[in-house]
Amino acid sequence: MPLLRILSDLSLALGLPLELLGQVLARLHHVPARVAWIVDQVYQSAIQTLHVVLLVGLFIGMIVALQTGIELQRIGQQDQIGTIVAVSMAREMGPFITATILAATAGSSMAAELGTMSVSDELAALEVLSVDRVRFLVLPRVIALAIAAPVLTVLCDMIGIFGGGFVAQSQLNVSTELYWDAALDALRDLGTSVPLPKDVFSGLFKATVFGVIVSLIGCSAGLQARGGALGVGQATRAAVRDSIVAVIIANYFMTWFMYQG
Amino acid sequence: MTGDVILRFADVHKSFGTQQVLAGLSFEVQRGRTLAIMGPSGTGKSVVLRHAIGLMTPDRGRVEVEGREVGKLGRKELAALRRRMGYLFQEGALINWLSVGENVCLPLRENTDLSDKEIRARAEEKLALVRVEGAWDKMPAQISGGMKKRVGLARALITDPEIILYDEPNAGLDPEISHSINELIRELKERLHVTAIVVEHRIECIKTVADEVLFLEQGRAQVRLPPKEFFASDNPRIVQFLGPRPD
Repeated sequence: MPLLRILSDLSLALGLPLELLGQVLARLHHVPARVAWIVDQVYQSAIQTLHVVLLVGLFIGMIVALQTGIELQRIGQQDQIGTIVAVSMAREMGPFITATILAATAGSSMAAELGTMSVSDELAALEVLSVDRVRFLVLPRVIALAIAAPVLTVLCDMIGIFGGGFVAQSQLNVSTELYWDAALDALRDLGTSVPLPKDVFSGLFKATVFGVIVSLIGCSAGLQARGGALGVGQATRAAVRDSIVAVIIANYFMTWFMYQG
Repeated sequence: MTGDVILRFADVHKSFGTQQVLAGLSFEVQRGRTLAIMGPSGTGKSVVLRHAIGLMTPDRGRVEVEGREVGKLGRKELAALRRRMGYLFQEGALINWLSVGENVCLPLRENTDLSDKEIRARAEEKLALVRVEGAWDKMPAQISGGMKKRVGLARALITDPEIILYDEPNAGLDPEISHSINELIRELKERLHVTAIVVEHRIECIKTVADEVLFLEQGRAQVRLPPKEFFASDNPRIVQFLGPRPD
């Protein structure tokens, strides 16, 4: 059964990331000493992918507005476009699109960097020098993506909603006021445990988890790379593939927990 | 201080899949001595060094440093042992996104509470010892292969190790730079009285640095002789390995 094999491969692939997660949590007290490297990693993962997130977020918002708007127009409900775009961007599209872009950029980059270190004996050198590679290499990357992912998600949400508004006004004849009233109204529903709109909070929570998943899978793929350039290529490919699959599965369970549970 | 056994391999076996690399390797190294290991490519010379520092564990047999079995040490004990050992990798294995100075400081920054000033002073001292000066802020990609090895050696020396393992210190270097690296290894031995294992193919290096030569083949120590006797040996296999002698 191909599906069973994929699930079996995924569970094997998640073994080291889960082990790394435990090791990262046990080393969180080292974060203050790693601030400079975390900032550097945030720059590499967030600032350098910002334009991609903004461009994709803009068009995703426009697509959602256009696809739903055409159907809503048929039943005279086009004033609900703002609600649909805002909720879908905040809950799902923003965090997922950001995580996918981060998997393809930051996650693959982590796998390639650590993979190259592995095949060029740099990881062996760290071990010989008794340098804790989780504290030195993995911790700054995980913390950086846990910060970068929600920040990028907020920006992706905002520009997606903006893009939806542009389509609603220019192609579906929905007034700007009506669109923004509906969009902001949809995001006003406060959660019970945090002073943030529930949909925004759930999206940011998901984004943080996705950032951690992408960084852990990217780092573990790199740390396990063997066999020269070929091994680095395989590690990079595995990092992107496993990150996207793990993000989708985690997304389902978090959605179920936050909205059904 | 010389004379006692500091490093011992006892009947060490190691296989990778179906390929047996070490097949009952046994030898000892006395404190303060330099043992060179020669042998055909793929006979497991680097594997020997990796066992000595605990990067690999034998399938069977024992590797001991100062009477303690390396494979049975806990994480902290192994880290403590490694701080007393240095390892020069073939390509230097400098961390490519750290500068020369940061590379040399790394072991002390990560594992000690010394101040930045003290760490820098010690790193500069080691860089001067290996004759690398004025390169503190350079990145590994900006320096030559020979300089990378010198910086790698400075980093290996930063914890004042008692044992240094050299993995092909002349690999990829031209004769002039090889000669300077060999002189450096000899000087370190004389000045710091370190124990060393040198894996190397080049005869000049072995003549310069080694007290003894061990010929490794088929996973075992076939011959062990002082360099002069080794290179004058009539053993047909040694003669074949070394090639025609100059007149």
